Amino acid sequence: MEAAIKVEHLTKTFGEFTAVKDVSFSVAAGEIFAFLGPNGAGKSTTIKMLTTLLHASSGSITVNGINPSADADAVRRSFGIVFQDPSLDEDLTAWENLEFHGVLYGVSKKVRAQRIGELLNLVELSERKNDFVRDFSGGMKRRLEIARGLLHHPRILFLDEPTLGLDPQTRNHLWSYVQKLNRDEGVTVFFTTHYMEEADRIAQRIAIIDHGTIIAQGSGDELKQQTGAQTLEAAFLSLTGSEIREEAGSSLDHMRQFRAMRSGGRR
Amino acid sequence: MNAIYIMWLREVKRFARSKSRIVGALGQPILFLVALGYGLGPVFKQAGQGNYLDFLAPGIIGMSIIFTSIFNGMQVIWDRQFGFLKETMVAPVSRLSIMFGRTLGGATVATAQGVLVLGIAVIAGFRPDWFGVIPAIFVMLLIALLFSALGMAVASRLRDMQGFQLIMNFLVMPLFFLSGALFPLSNAPAALLWVARFDPLSYGVDALRHVLTGSAAFSLSLDLLVLVAVTGVFLWLGVFFFSRIEV
Ligand SMILES: Nc1ncnc2c1ncn2[C@@H]1O[C@H](COP(=O)(O)OP(=O)(O)OP(=O)(O)O)[C@@H](O)[C@H]1O
Ligand SMILES: [Mg+2]
Repeated sequence: MEAAIKVEHLTKTFGEFTAVKDVSFSVAAGEIFAFLGPNGAGKSTTIKMLTTLLHASSGSITVNGINPSADADAVRRSFGIVFQDPSLDEDLTAWENLEFHGVLYGVSKKVRAQRIGELLNLVELSERKNDFVRDFSGGMKRRLEIARGLLHHPRILFLDEPTLGLDPQTRNHLWSYVQKLNRDEGVTVFFTTHYMEEADRIAQRIAIIDHGTIIAQGSGDELKQQTGAQTLEAAFLSLTGSEIREEAGSSLDHMRQFRAMRSGGRR
Repeated sequence: MNAIYIMWLREVKRFARSKSRIVGALGQPILFLVALGYGLGPVFKQAGQGNYLDFLAPGIIGMSIIFTSIFNGMQVIWDRQFGFLKETMVAPVSRLSIMFGRTLGGATVATAQGVLVLGIAVIAGFRPDWFGVIPAIFVMLLIALLFSALGMAVASRLRDMQGFQLIMNFLVMPLFFLSGALFPLSNAPAALLWVARFDPLSYGVDALRHVLTGSAAFSLSLDLLVLVAVTGVFLWLGVFFFSRIEV
């Protein structure tokens, strides 16, 4: 099967600092792929290069067979994205944000009306659709952001920590919807998350990136086997080490991670 | 086409909803009309230049348009800080239509503001040629397009609002004060006239005077030619810088 995303020797530097270092992987069309890694590992930077928001320093990328640096518009037509950081217009209502997106992505009026209704239901914002986004809670904004990313049914869906800050109910709804899109329309899904259990359950294949380099790839079971761990979380910790990234973590944080690993191992 | 429309609609909606912005943007023109129009009027008359308010009103309309337009263009910076810019940057439509829609929206808003100022000037005692009002709105739109595009080109190069003060003091204020909005260029010292010739707002205000009061420094066709040409250049610059933004 043809690769939906193919990345070879991808590198991104910001000044002296190398955020992504010689990364190679490929995602088959119709696959659900999880991209995992500690904070600051280079996940969002990679997604930004795949989605035309950043230029790669070196290496090659093809998305749906097209190089984003060469034909950004063609690549943009092929994907949808939910960003890690907020990207809503707070001065518009929930409905207007969705309508804006639908028009921008050329979704026909009829389909637009139907999908906006369906998605507002999915994220349980139907009653608030005419309220300004600036009055929403953090979780509500997140839900709206997700609804927007799903509106135009792209070939490839990028989800950068989509479930961050969401309650378990909404997380479940979201993933069933995404799985349904994948099953019914063959949408390729590329997502990041810090919930290992989620990645293990949803993703068909997983890559783990640390300090800008891919350190392991395979199915959830393969990664567990490789490390002799019982859960993906334990496998993740044994691959990436249990130190906290960026700031030196407090001893309390270390203890918490250690405990998570231990209890993970027992389960 | 749809992208241009929706970008335009967004600007217009945001403006129509912020009553404080509309009213706030009227404060300065009123102050200028009253303080300068009434304060300097007698001096102007004594110098044999006629009614100062009739002279000043087109200049103040030009002022409100340049301020509103540039400010609107600078909204790109807010969009970047609030993250909304990413949403438009990954959309499968050309940068040109996004830029053009935004510019058109900003220009529509600035033109509306210009029309409001015209109304206020009339209340203050300005007596324009009434047949000139429709052509004047067209000229206002041209001025607004020009400076919206400039604002957006500049904003595409800035990361945050830190640079805003710099732009106001070293770009917008000089453009306004050197444009002949407040004083007649026909009697200005050669050096000042020379500088004013490089200021697109000079031609905008001059065109407004042509259609509203019939007396001006340059020919109307020169005014319009310069406005259209410079708008084209700024739009092109805007698209160029806008499409190079990385978020
Ligand atoms: N524009 C930038 N300029 C300089 N450094 C950057 C820039 N963007 C990202 N970085 C750095 O690149 C590294 C990777 O960042 P990235 O956002 O890709 O991490 P991540 O894996 O998404 O982490 P998280 O799980 O916290 O979202 C970080 O060290 C970050 O500080
Ligand atoms: Mg990230």
